[in-house]
Order: sequence, then structure tokens, then C-alpha cells
Amino acid sequence: MRVKLTVQKFNPDIDLKPHPQDYFVETSRGMTLLSALLKIKAETDGTLTFRASCRAAICGSCLMQVNGSQKLACKVAIKEELEHHGKIEVGPMANMPVIKDMVVRMDPFWEKIRAVTPYLLEDGGKPVPTEALKDIHKKLDNADACIMCMACLSACTSYEVSPGFLGPAALAKAYRFQADPRDQGHVDRLEKLQGPNGIWDCVRCNFCVQVCPKDVQPMEQIIRLRRRSIGAGFTDSVEAKHITEFTKVVAAEGRLNEALLPVLMTLGNIRKMIRIIPLGIKMFLHGKTPFPFKRVPGRQEIRAIFKKWEKPK
Amino acid sequence: MKYALFPGCASKGATPELYTSTMKVVGRLGIDIVELEAFNCCGAGVITEADPDLALTLNARTLATAERMGIQNVMTICGTCQGVLGGANKILQEDEPRRERINRALKETTGLEYQGTVEVKHLQWILIKDFGLDALAKFVTHPLSDVSIAAFYGCYILRPSRATGFDDWENPTSLEKLIRTVGAHPVYYDGRTKCCGFPVLLEKDQIALSMVGKNVSEAKESGGDAMVTPCPLCHMSLDIYQERAEDKLQREQGPEKTLGMPILHLPQLLGLAMGFSPKELGMKRHLVSTAPLIEKIQ
Ligand code: SF4
Ligand code: SF4
Ligand code: SF4
Ligand code: SF4
Ligand code: FES
Repeated sequence: MRVKLTVQKFNPDIDLKPHPQDYFVETSRGMTLLSALLKIKAETDGTLTFRASCRAAICGSCLMQVNGSQKLACKVAIKEELEHHGKIEVGPMANMPVIKDMVVRMDPFWEKIRAVTPYLLEDGGKPVPTEALKDIHKKLDNADACIMCMACLSACTSYEVSPGFLGPAALAKAYRFQADPRDQGHVDRLEKLQGPNGIWDCVRCNFCVQVCPKDVQPMEQIIRLRRRSIGAGFTDSVEAKHITEFTKVVAAEGRLNEALLPVLMTLGNIRKMIRIIPLGIKMFLHGKTPFPFKRVPGRQEIRAIFKKWEKPK
Repeated sequence: MKYALFPGCASKGATPELYTSTMKVVGRLGIDIVELEAFNCCGAGVITEADPDLALTLNARTLATAERMGIQNVMTICGTCQGVLGGANKILQEDEPRRERINRALKETTGLEYQGTVEVKHLQWILIKDFGLDALAKFVTHPLSDVSIAAFYGCYILRPSRATGFDDWENPTSLEKLIRTVGAHPVYYDGRTKCCGFPVLLEKDQIALSMVGKNVSEAKESGGDAMVTPCPLCHMSLDIYQERAEDKLQREQGPEKTLGMPILHLPQLLGLAMGFSPKELGMKRHLVSTAPLIEKIQ
């Protein structure tokens, strides 16, 4: 089958901006996008530039944007991709500075990984009781499966608008060590992630979960870090209060009272509170603040459920 | 087919126009619904951050209540409810040990047990899959042929696809299908499957406002007269916070960057094409005026 690949080419030495270029490849059965690109490079255009190494979705080198999504080229089957989208458009992964064609700069990514102290903090080389290592793989919730391909960071909607955000891969890495029974920095690690650009900057858009080729589910690891933070006593922030107050409102009322939640979240934080007041008044004038708040029937049942899962203090 | 309507907190709270417009449209179409009166919050992905078992039990209660009513289909009208309640349903249906554990807690607290027989479907899916676009087209008395509509899907109706799976997360088509059915022209833009920032609106407002500003200005530049969303939380972000997003955009990119983009709930878009008045559909309750859109229609 002869297949058209539209590739976004960019050579900063000669091009003002990226431009699409069509290539035609004779594909063989089960051919991957990476094989097609290698074929083009060998037979048609030696200047075509991309990273790749293992060809087996394990080194994480060949990530690029394929028909708008971030994918490993060696994991994309040409036939399926074509059936799904009716075309094959390839370019460098999104939201990263391009060096040439599909090659992007990775230093912003490595800086983030480095920022979470991605290694075990030992306690003076003291041996870890073997008991702690039992089922260690399970305890890490697959956060250790990351191949550093950058798909998640490139697709992250929070990173897109806020480049300082540590992002999904680095935070999943932080969880990987936070959850490791051998690590000695558990609480310190959590504390470092409370501030700006940390775990609370995730908007829970699920893009990272969707695009990760290794099912690391970074967002779920971020949620685990948030849960552990609250458990470890980091409860004063507006962010932590969003969770605890939301839960309390639903426990009391059965459902959420959006008019009340912002007030409860910002209690004790005058700056934030003042910022939400004018909007509150506008919402009230447009009939958007339910008042009086109608309660739902069956609240006893709901309360019983909350009581059942209540953690002993 | 009978549906148990799960109204969600938002349609009962800050976006009451979603509830009224849904009732109007669903009533006109003759879709058989019974409201889950004693519903509880789905948790919006927040309660699970506190305690996943608690969140699952709450959703199991909703599903078990529908099951006890003898109803196999729950209708949601909120993209986030769909993602959260639908996702919980998937876990309860597929993970038997987990279901048993949750059922023990549910039985102890409410006497209910969930067998896993219910399907959770957003109105958007019901219209396409169960009701049918051809049948829907018959109700379009006032085709919106002069307007261009930009679809905003929101996160949870698309992702993670293993929990939703109705539409193609990479290239969804369902909203555009509905836009065409009411006679309007869909326009496409980068942000249509991205995030509106709602979960961090209060705590990280600068991130959320950037998202609102980016999505809305893209929709505008693509020629949209209005945006339509199946999620009331997206509506809150894009409508209530649009003015502040515009301020931010103007500070960063210059005063010529204006927004003023009307945001419609999905049933409002359908309702307009069925001849309901903007007032009946609650459009006065929006913070961004829908007047320019209405003028174009009339
Ligand atoms: S869920 Fe959070 S970390 Fe993952 S892509 Fe979205 S914002 Fe980024
Ligand atoms: S978490 Fe997944 S998507 Fe992100 S870098 Fe690691 S392997 Fe790639
Ligand atoms: S998503 Fe929001 S509106 Fe829907 S039930 Fe859950 S909390 Fe309520
Ligand atoms: S943030 Fe907005 S787009 Fe994303 S799930 Fe929530 S309401 Fe939907
Ligand atoms: S070449 Fe190694 S992951 Fe694709």
C-alpha cells in the first residue's frame, strides 16, 4: 500500500517557520510509523530528523505528535492510524521548543524530573527490613513504569498555560519515591510539593492518563500525593480545603452547595475571599446562587455512608 | 426506553437554566424520564481525592437506587457527572472484589446493594445513540442556519476513554453532529477537547483564567458565534469567569483582544432550534450576554 505521510519540517538554519512536506512510502504489513520514517530517511530524504532507538516502545525516544495526539512513533501502526484518522500527519510533540523537524529540547523536562529528587533518600545506608520490600511493586501503583517519553508533559493542559508546573511525569516520579518504603524523605517530599507549580496545579484534565504509553496514570499518582498530603497534615491551604470542605458540605447536605463552597474554602484567607466577593454578587443577581438551598431527601443514608468511611482521628 | 435523570448539583444550584432547558427539550422530545429525587453528589472527582471508597459508595448508592426503581438507564446532563458516575459504574461492574467490598458498606448503611445492571449515559449520547439524529431533526422547527457554533467538550466526557468510550477522544464528533442537526455550522479550534480550568478556579485562578481566555479566543477566531458545552461546570468557567479571563488576556496581549462569547448549555442550543424562547431556556441567567447570538437567529 502506498501511503502519504505529511510531516512538519523545520530547519532553523534555512526555514523561517515550520512547513508541511508530503512523503509517499510503500508500506509493508504491520509497518509502524517509525519504520516508515526510517525508510523515508534512508530512501527519500536524508535530512528528515527525529529521535529513536529501541523500536519497541521502551526507550521513550520517538515521541511525536501524530494526527494531533502525542504518541510513540514505534507504537503507531500505520494501517490502524490511517483507518482511524484517514490521514497521517506527523510533527514534533506539542508545547516544546523545536530544534529540528521532530527533535525538541528536553532540558525543561529533565529540570522538572531533577526537581523532585528522583532517587532514594536513605537513612545513612541502614538496611531496610525485608518485610518492607514485600509487594513493593504493588505499592508503587505502576508509577515506576515511566520511560520518560514526555508524552504526558507535552499533552498537559496545565503545563501548556503555566510552564513552571512540575507536570505529570515529574510528579508521578515524586510519588514513586514517596511511596517507596525504603525512602526516608516521605514528609519532606510532600512538603516540597505544596507550593506553586506542585501537586495543586494539576487541573485533572486526564490527558496524561490518556496519552501515557506505559499506563503510569500520572494524574492518579498526583491524586495519591494530594491524599497523602492531607493525611500528613498539610490541610491549611485553599487547595486542601477544597477537598475537605467539599466533602464536608456533601456529608451534611447530600450534595454540593456551590454558593457556600468558595466561602468555606477561603475562610481565613482574606485576599482570596475579597477576590471572589464581587463575582458572588454578580452570580446572585443572575439567579445563580441557590437560596434558600433546597435539601435533598435521604440525607440520613448519605450521612451513614460518610460515617462508615470516617477515618479514626 | 425509560431513564432515571441524575440532575447533578450544578443543575440544582448555580446553573438552574440547565435544568429548566433540559426539562423543556426532553419533554418536547417525549423522552421518558423520572428524576432521581434523593440523589447524592457524584463527588466531581473531589471526594475521591479524600477517600476513593467513600466516593465509590456514594455513586453505588445512586446506581443501586436506579436499579431498585427497575430502571436500566441513568441520564446525566453534566459532563463531569458522566465521567465520575459513569467511571464509578465501570469499576463496580468490572472489579468484582471491589464491588463486593463497596456493597458491604452500602448494605450496612442504606440496605441497598448494586448488582451492576445500570448504564450511565449523558443526554448528548442518548440523543445520538438511543433517540437518533433523524428523529431529532423532525423537532427542529427553527433551524439555526445563520450561526456558527464552537463545540467545547470538556475533559470527563472524553477522558479517560477506558471509562467513557462513547466518542473518540482524539477526534470526537458527537457535538458537531448535534450542531449540524439543529442547522448550525460547527467550527473547529484547538481547544475544543481541552480543559476549562474549573477544578482550580478558586485556588489557581491564573491557570484557570488562562485556559478560559485561550479556549474562548480560539473559538472566536475560528468564527464561532457561540460555544456549546455538555458540562455545566465548563459553563461556569467559560461564562462566569469570561470577563476576568478577558481582562487577563488584554493585560497580556493588548486591549484589542475582546471575548464576549455567549456560552450555551447543550439543551439550550437544541431548545432554540425547537422554537423555545431564550427566556424559557434561562438565557437571562448567563453572565455573558447571549443577545448578539439571539439577534442573529431572529
Ligand atoms: S491531569 Fe493534571 S498533570 Fe495530567 S495532564 Fe491534566 S493537568 Fe496535567
Ligand atoms: S509518565 Fe508516561 S507519558 Fe509521562 S513520561 Fe512517563 S511514560 Fe511517558
Ligand atoms: S459533577 Fe458536580 S454537578 Fe455533577 S453531581 Fe457531581 S458535584 Fe454535582
Ligand atoms: S475542568 Fe472543565 S473541561 Fe475539565 S472536566 Fe472539569 S468542567 Fe470539564
Ligand atoms: S524507539 Fe524507543 S520508544 Fe520508540
